[in-house]
Parts: sequence; C-alpha cells; structure tokens
Amino acid sequence: MSDSMPNRPAVDAMITECRLDGPFWGALKRELLLSYRRKSDLVNPLIFFLMVATLFPLGVSPDPTFLADVAPGVVWVAALLATLLSMDSLFRSDFEDGTLEQILLSPQPLYLVVLAKVLAHWMLTGLPLTILAPLLGVMLFLPGDGMWGLVLSLLLGTPTLSLVGAIGAALTVGLRKGGVLISLLVLPLYIPVLIFGSAAVQGAVTGLPLGGYLAILGAMLSLGLVLAPLAIGAALRISVSG
Amino acid sequence: MADKKWLPRWFYQLASPRWCYDITGKLLPIFVIAAVLTLVVGTVWALAFAPADYQQGNSFRIIYIHVPSSILAQSCYMLMAVAGAIGLIWKMKVADMVAKCCAPIGASIAILSLATGAIWGKPTWGSWWVWDARLTSMLILFFLYLGVIALNSAIESERTAAQSTAVLALVGLVNIPIIKYSVDWWNTLHQPATFTLTERPAMPSEMWLPLLVMVIGFYCFFAVAMMLRLRNEIIQRERRSSWVRALMTN
Repeated sequence: MSDSMPNRPAVDAMITECRLDGPFWGALKRELLLSYRRKSDLVNPLIFFLMVATLFPLGVSPDPTFLADVAPGVVWVAALLATLLSMDSLFRSDFEDGTLEQILLSPQPLYLVVLAKVLAHWMLTGLPLTILAPLLGVMLFLPGDGMWGLVLSLLLGTPTLSLVGAIGAALTVGLRKGGVLISLLVLPLYIPVLIFGSAAVQGAVTGLPLGGYLAILGAMLSLGLVLAPLAIGAALRISVSG
Repeated sequence: MADKKWLPRWFYQLASPRWCYDITGKLLPIFVIAAVLTLVVGTVWALAFAPADYQQGNSFRIIYIHVPSSILAQSCYMLMAVAGAIGLIWKMKVADMVAKCCAPIGASIAILSLATGAIWGKPTWGSWWVWDARLTSMLILFFLYLGVIALNSAIESERTAAQSTAVLALVGLVNIPIIKYSVDWWNTLHQPATFTLTERPAMPSEMWLPLLVMVIGFYCFFAVAMMLRLRNEIIQRERRSSWVRALMTN
C-alpha cells in the first residue's frame, strides 16, 4: 500500500471497507489517510498562517497597543488567506489521476462524498488554524478576554471558508492555472465571514455580548452546509465533463 | 386556446439564435429611440428644472445618475443569474449568451454607481469612501462581476464556461439581498432606499419624477447595450451556420 500503485487485494479491501462504512465515512477516511501520507502538505498552511501574522508587526508597527487593536482582523485575514492557499489542491490530485471521474460515476451520493472531502479539508486546515490562533493572539498582544471570541469565531467561521472555497476549487479544477482565479472567485464571498468573524473578536475584547455575531456565523455555516455541497457537486460535474 | 399555445411557442422560439437575432433587430430601433428620448428628457429636467435640495443644494443632482445605475447594477446581476440558471436547466444557448453579455455591462454600471457615489460622498459626508455596509456590499457586487468575467475568459470551451459561470453567478446571488437590505439591517451613513414599490417617495414629485424618467432611461439603455452585445455574440457563435453566412455575404 505504500507505493503509488496499490495491488489488487488492497484495492478490493479498500472497496469493502468503503461499503462497510458507507460513502461518507469511506470518503472521509480516504482523504485523511491520503493527507497523512503527505505530512509536509499539512504543515504548510500553518507555517503560512504564522508568517503572515509575523509580517504585520514588522511591516506596520511593533507597538503593543496598536497591535492589540488590529489583532482580530490580522488573525482572521491570515486564517482566511491560509485557507484560500490550501484550496487549490482540494480536488486537483483526484482530478489529475482520474479518481474524481470515478467518484462522479460511482453510485454513491455525490453530496455526501463532497461533504466528506470538505470536512476532511477543514479538519486538516481550519481546525489546526483555530487551535494555533491563540498563539498568534498572544504574539499580537490580543487581550486575554478576546481569546475565547477568537477561538469560537474561527471554529464557526473556518468550516464556512472551506465550504465556499471548495466551490471555487471545483469550478477551476479543470484549468491549468486555477490558483489566482480561485482567489478572484472566492474572496468576495469570504468578506461577510471575515466581517462577522473579526467583529466577534472585537466584541469579545471590548466586553460586548458575542451571541449575535456567533449566531450569524452559525447561520452562514448551516446555509453553507446545506447548499454548498450542491454547488460543489454541480461544479465538479461541469469541470470534469468540459 | 390560442393564448395557451402562444406562450410555449414564444419560449421555444427564444431558444433559437436566429429568431432571437431577427427579433432583437426589430426591437433595437424602438429601444434606441426610447433610451435617447428618456435620457435626454430626464437629464435636462433633472439638471435644469428640478428644484435644488434644501440641505445639499445642487450637489444632490448626481442622484439622477447614482440611483438608476445602482438599481440597474443589481437588476443586471439578477438577470445574469436567472439567464445562467435557465441555461443550466434547459440548456438554452441564447440564455448562456445573455448571461455572458450581462457581466461586462453589469461591471461597468456597478463601477459607475460606485464612482458617482464617491463623487456625491465628498461634499455630503466629507470623504470619497466610507466602509459602510451599502458601499461595501456594492463593492462586493463589482468583485463578483469581475470574478464571473475572469472565469468566463479562463475556460476555453463555450459550453463549460457558460455552465461554470452560471453556478458562480447563482452562488453570488446571496449578495443581492445583503445589498438591498444593508440600509435597513445596519445603522449606516448611506440613506435608505429612494424608491420603493409600496410607498410614496419622501421627496416632492418635481424631484422624483425626473428620477423615474432616468431609471426608465437607464433600463432602455441597458436593453440597447444588451441587444448589441447579444447580436454580436450570436453572429460570432453561429458563424458556421448557413443563415449567418448568407447574412454576411449579402
């Protein structure tokens, strides 16, 4: 199983495994396993996240009070860019080796498979970013009260980023130079998440109630969970058939 | 009975590029005349005869460009999304072309709306730009148009490009209610809607009547721009068909 061409019994075993667990868990397991085998790709978005946050004190001003003011926005923008950067590879390797065609042809519901892929993507980028965020908060002198707001808003916001970004990735997977185009397509749709996410952190810093902002982030997430997989599925079918 | 038959036939005829080319050729002069008339009458009325605002003086007159272009930029996006959906569902060639033609027109009208807003903002608010919900959501609309144009030009196959941009346009549709209700949901610097279908405008009729004429004029102008682009697109895509060849050789 370690080389790139798995032998026949291994393939059979994988098929049985998927059948036993159903399409969602099968796809999720496959994604996580594939990512585990390329560990360096997992760390790259996190390093990028750290580096972008380092640029601001060096580029703008190292003054603690100034940094504390901009910290919510900087952490959120850095998380958003790190997610965006990892988006291009979501369907790319599956498209290039033909797996994507097999997924589309398979009798499994595309909705669930797509949802599993996005969930795996979030578990490997959004979740680590969320866990790492308090460290960046400390680096940028974010007041202690804001930490919970930061973690909670990222926890609710980053899955939405993954879902919306996957639509862009699905639309551009057939193109050779998809990278920059994804940002053009997806960034306008990321703006609302950014606004409410960083507003939640600001609110937490100033001691305002967070409920409203988190509710809106949760509403965007539920809307995304229901509708985005449909758009991703449609976009994948178009990209593969075109 | 006759009426019942008429609607589907009309709908199917619309799917034929040739029929569409012919009908737009007949409609075009009517809309050109209507657009020129309403825009000239509206502009002269608005700039010379409408009374000045009691607070803003003459600077408010840019409303006669700003409001129609803002309304049109949103309508154009709706048309693009609806045409894209029709193309996606019924695989209608003409709907694909309409959706493609909407994007550049919509982007230019959105930039006109943003620019006139900035010019109006300078004397009234004291700055060219404020990060207020209405302005930001309008800017997002402009970015969405740019994304649609970029995606459309990046994909070589016409059919795939049309389908992909239709999906993107439909996803971006979530922004339209945000723009529309941003002035009601947030306490913004931007004033509430000038026109609503259900209530009388807050300004006197000498002021809003020319605005109404300008809005109609902008829609007529949009129809003209749309038809010109659409006819161009039809000719280009159907260049191998016999009727286009016959048309070009005559």
